[in-house]
Amino acid sequence: MKRLLIRNGRVVDPSQGLDQGMDLLLENGVVAAIGERLDPPARTKMFDAAGLVVAPGFIDLHTHLREPGFEHKETIESGCRAAVAGGFTALCCMPDTDPVNDDPAVTAFIVKRAEQIGLAKVYPVGAASVGLKGEEMAEIGEMVRAGAVAISDDCKSVSNAQLVRRVLEYARSFDVPLAAHEEDLDLSAGGSMHEGGVSARIGLRGIPTSAEEVMVARDVLLAELTRGRLHLCHLSTSASLDLVRTAKQRGLAVTCEVAAHQFVLTDEDVAGSNYDPNWKVNPPLRSAVEVEAILQAIYDGTVDAIVSDHEPHHADEKEFDFSDAPFGIVGLETAVPLALDRLVHGRVIGLMQLVRLMSTRPAEIFNIPGGTLREGSPADVTVLDLRALRTVDPASFKSRAQNTPFADMRLKGWPAATIVGGEIVWKA
Amino acid sequence: MTAEKAVRTALQEVLDEAAMAHTVARMAAEILERDGDSLMLVGIHTRGIPLADRLARAFREATGRKVPVGRLDITLYRDDVGPWRPAHQQPVLKKTVLPDSIDGQVIYLVDDVLFTGRTIRAALDTLVDYGRPLAVRLAVLIDRGHRELPIAADVIGKTVDTTRDEDVQVRFAEVDGEDGVWIGREIEDAG
Amino acid sequence: MPAEVATALARKDVVGISQLDVGEIQLILDTAEELLEVAKRPIKKVPTLRGSTVVNLFMEPSTRTRFSFEVAEKRLSADTLNFSASSSSVSKGETLFDTARNLMAMAPDYIVIRHPHSGAPHRLAQEVSASIINAGDGINEHPTQALLDAFTMRQHFGSLDGLKVVIAGDIRHSRVARSNAFLLDKMGAEVRFVAPASLLPLDAEDLGVSTHVRLEPALEGADVVMMLRIQLERQKRINFPSMREYFDFFALTPERLMLATDSAVVMHPGPMNRGVEIDSLVADGTQSLILEQVTNGVAIRMAILYLLAGGRSEAASDS
Repeated sequence: MKRLLIRNGRVVDPSQGLDQGMDLLLENGVVAAIGERLDPPARTKMFDAAGLVVAPGFIDLHTHLREPGFEHKETIESGCRAAVAGGFTALCCMPDTDPVNDDPAVTAFIVKRAEQIGLAKVYPVGAASVGLKGEEMAEIGEMVRAGAVAISDDCKSVSNAQLVRRVLEYARSFDVPLAAHEEDLDLSAGGSMHEGGVSARIGLRGIPTSAEEVMVARDVLLAELTRGRLHLCHLSTSASLDLVRTAKQRGLAVTCEVAAHQFVLTDEDVAGSNYDPNWKVNPPLRSAVEVEAILQAIYDGTVDAIVSDHEPHHADEKEFDFSDAPFGIVGLETAVPLALDRLVHGRVIGLMQLVRLMSTRPAEIFNIPGGTLREGSPADVTVLDLRALRTVDPASFKSRAQNTPFADMRLKGWPAATIVGGEIVWKA
Repeated sequence: MTAEKAVRTALQEVLDEAAMAHTVARMAAEILERDGDSLMLVGIHTRGIPLADRLARAFREATGRKVPVGRLDITLYRDDVGPWRPAHQQPVLKKTVLPDSIDGQVIYLVDDVLFTGRTIRAALDTLVDYGRPLAVRLAVLIDRGHRELPIAADVIGKTVDTTRDEDVQVRFAEVDGEDGVWIGREIEDAG
Repeated sequence: MPAEVATALARKDVVGISQLDVGEIQLILDTAEELLEVAKRPIKKVPTLRGSTVVNLFMEPSTRTRFSFEVAEKRLSADTLNFSASSSSVSKGETLFDTARNLMAMAPDYIVIRHPHSGAPHRLAQEVSASIINAGDGINEHPTQALLDAFTMRQHFGSLDGLKVVIAGDIRHSRVARSNAFLLDKMGAEVRFVAPASLLPLDAEDLGVSTHVRLEPALEGADVVMMLRIQLERQKRINFPSMREYFDFFALTPERLMLATDSAVVMHPGPMNRGVEIDSLVADGTQSLILEQVTNGVAIRMAILYLLAGGRSEAASDS
């Protein structure tokens, strides 16, 4: 009988509209009681959360765990360690592994491995097409039965609109969304940063916002045709977000996410990096105008979730010039402090809204248990220290990779403890 | 365009209910005399069937034994179906039910009126596709003449003289609500 | 001779269920009922269509449908001519109408046509004086299949009115599903299409059916479960992923069949893919009417040939 009492904390739970001092009793992996001043039964472990925020566990809808196949970049174990150190109790990993997660055997392997490790809960995202080739539909039903919660061809876009249509239709039988990486490969070909005044100035080929927008438009229209569920990954432009806004007004089942780095850095930061590939990411860091639109969309509820888009690369791989280096930055251990610092302390949104964006809504969109601290819900809790002031130190990352543009950035608001299944799996 | 003359059908009764019952009883006696009760009665749709049933009832009363009774639909064997009908206007098919195998049996085809003989010709062809009877005999209530084929009945209830355009109407209570036989002829309606 | 009731299909062709009204459907079913008996006799033949010629024009491969038509034609003593796509001159570029006109020069009374393109029999019917019977056109209709299916259901349940019929499979490309939906809807049955949405036609509700993307909920209260053949041709892997997945989630297994009513029956137009859309235990089980369907198919086709016959004397006077 495992019991943990989290006392004296400020419980913020959007699913119950709670933002007040409460005690939280966790027992046998579920929330047993929530109330002011709970009396603990015998043999209860205590956690004093005085001065801290107690929230339902944060769920990262978009991570790349790299295992199986690319263990030199990250493993399921190192990824889960990084996740809980970053304040996440659960994560959804993308299928671009080797072998690709287009088969229930790979899905089951990932689920089992994560259970063995016993840190963050892992909910795999299965491939939409076999081998991520964008030609044939993958065995969506089998993968869902093995534990997949969504399907996606991330980091690729499916060019064949007919396949996207059929996948959206087919997935309705299994009630999972298509999580779409939106990029027209012809429009983006050759580009390595946002196409605009900055790319012109520093002489790098650019990726126009249209590369994302044309695909967002296409897939939103297909979502309407098929009555399927569409979740748009890491949106980066004002027009993309406008399309989502309109889709929602029309009652379509369209949701979207934004990665933390996308609302913190701009193309000017790329310019200031001296061509450092730690600033190279897809979609690219956009101009200030687009970033402003992202913040607005976060504020007005157009954005449903904030994710890490954690893309670890081995140090050797980023030892290239900007154009040759692979896209992607790590995010599991920086997403939460970036969000707290830039959005909450930056007064873009309140804490309740932040918890909704990183816990409650992610759980709803991918139908994952959690996102709430109601009695009976999973005992997954994220404890935050809003006042902590720390510098990002890649050397202390739990992740195997350190490809981040945020080194030495001073941020206010950090995770303080992460509790999964009623166990404290990480403490600051 | 000439005005159409008003016509009506005048009916002349040939057999009333009692006379019809007598006739059926006499037919049953004749059949009994010829073939005993080792036979099968097969009524031809539509009014051959109630006639066959009445004959069977008469046998039952006379001998105490049940004679098997079947019914035959000859539509598929008629010489005026298929390609020879007006386009896409085929007669309705009815049921053929034979209670036993007809092999080696004496079969009595039973019909209400014997006229051109074409129905009986079709009935014979139908029967042959069901087996090989020992013998086929014909019992009809009314023989009205005007044969077009060399067909004769073995047992006749009553022979009636008619012209070609006259119409012989046999009615059975089971089908028509009353018993009797009439000859109908169209005459000008003066009134 | 007693006055017979002259009955009619009000047309020279049977090209689709869409064109038939309830009375005509009843007539075909009632006529087939009587013709079933021909198959039970020692001599399975009647002389009714003696001297009539039927051309089986099959421009798409088919064994069982053509076989069924041939049996029906021969049982009515008609003469049968078989004309298949590979041996036809269409492959040499002759148009459908030229092929038909060449055939008509030999004065057939009927052309039974199966064609890969929707609407071909309908166009042919307007062009030639023979009676056209549609044995399947593209993804449009397969009227004789729907009629034999309805006949089988009526035989078992007594009436089609109010029957709950589940049709499951690749509905989008199925002429069998469409013809069945049209017919059952006209006769007052409730039709439920079941398939992943990638195999359902858009706006299927316009056909008078309800749609379901999983089999289990649709089986509740079902009287008839009709499974359609699933084929995974190369281009279809874009519509659903694999046979294994289809069987795991959409096939009729004994467990799923138990969700239907206790007296539910199982049907399949054939040929079956055992282990793909239907479990062998179900196909061979006591609730299966699949073999009855085949027997009834001959009777239905005989009925249509019989009802469409006639007009020789008229045709002669026309020429």
